[in-house]
Amino acid sequence: MSAGNKPDEAYYQLLTELQQLDFVLVELALYLDTHPYDMQAVQQFNQFAQRRQQVAQVYESRYGPLLQFGHSFSRYPWDWANTPWPWQV
Amino acid sequence: MWIYEKKLQYPVRVSKCDPRMAKYLIEQYGGADGELSAALRYLNQRYTIPDKVIGLLTDIGTEEFAHLEMIATMVYKLTKDATVEQLEAAGLGPHYSNHDRALFYNNAAGVPWTATYIQAKGDPIADLYEDIAAEEKARATYQWLIDQTDDVDLQDSLKFLREREIVHSLRFREAVELLKAEQETKKVF
Repeated sequence: MSAGNKPDEAYYQLLTELQQLDFVLVELALYLDTHPYDMQAVQQFNQFAQRRQQVAQVYESRYGPLLQFGHSFSRYPWDWANTPWPWQV
Repeated sequence: MWIYEKKLQYPVRVSKCDPRMAKYLIEQYGGADGELSAALRYLNQRYTIPDKVIGLLTDIGTEEFAHLEMIATMVYKLTKDATVEQLEAAGLGPHYSNHDRALFYNNAAGVPWTATYIQAKGDPIADLYEDIAAEEKARATYQWLIDQTDDVDLQDSLKFLREREIVHSLRFREAVELLKAEQETKKVF
């Protein structure tokens, strides 16, 4: 995407996979905020977090950084500010 | 500290240009029961809420900003190709005069957002019951918005947001029980 490519089917598929994993993590996080002693849920959370990191890495290697301020790496030229932004996709 | 992630929480698709619907959706952008109110309410309450509940308020407050972004995306996609005439026909004439197609924090009737929409009493039970009520009101609003469109793609995203309100309400109810249980144990001398 940093070359200004148009989103294609492969892009949407990978984005959807990442959004699905992140959704599970948000749900588990909110649940754990009120149920901190559910060990199974904590384990599940960490498993999904690991899987999520892998998918995010693939996404970022193809389409550029997801996070700012050093939570993702940058290519040259600086690519954080590239289009498309989420509401343009 | 906030880090922004460059993706929507859930996809937003629209099948047609529909400024009429965009006008209604703004209710959840700058309205009393909308996502901005929710985010600012929870993120502000969390400074003086009991420790056990700070995480929940922080996390839900943060998620509400993601929902705000989804509403903004809906409005953007529904109006970006509209002509001035189409905007005026949809009742967005006054908005256009002031803002062109820019979004702004007002409700569907054009009333600007105000901090009077939120509260922080410093009393955890009062704060949490306000939060539960806020989620129920937001859920109901999403139901009315779903009723107002026949765009199946748009409905899909609205249904996601409606479901999230249901879950948030449940979490806040659990938080109340958590605090009540703690109060009970404290009374045993």
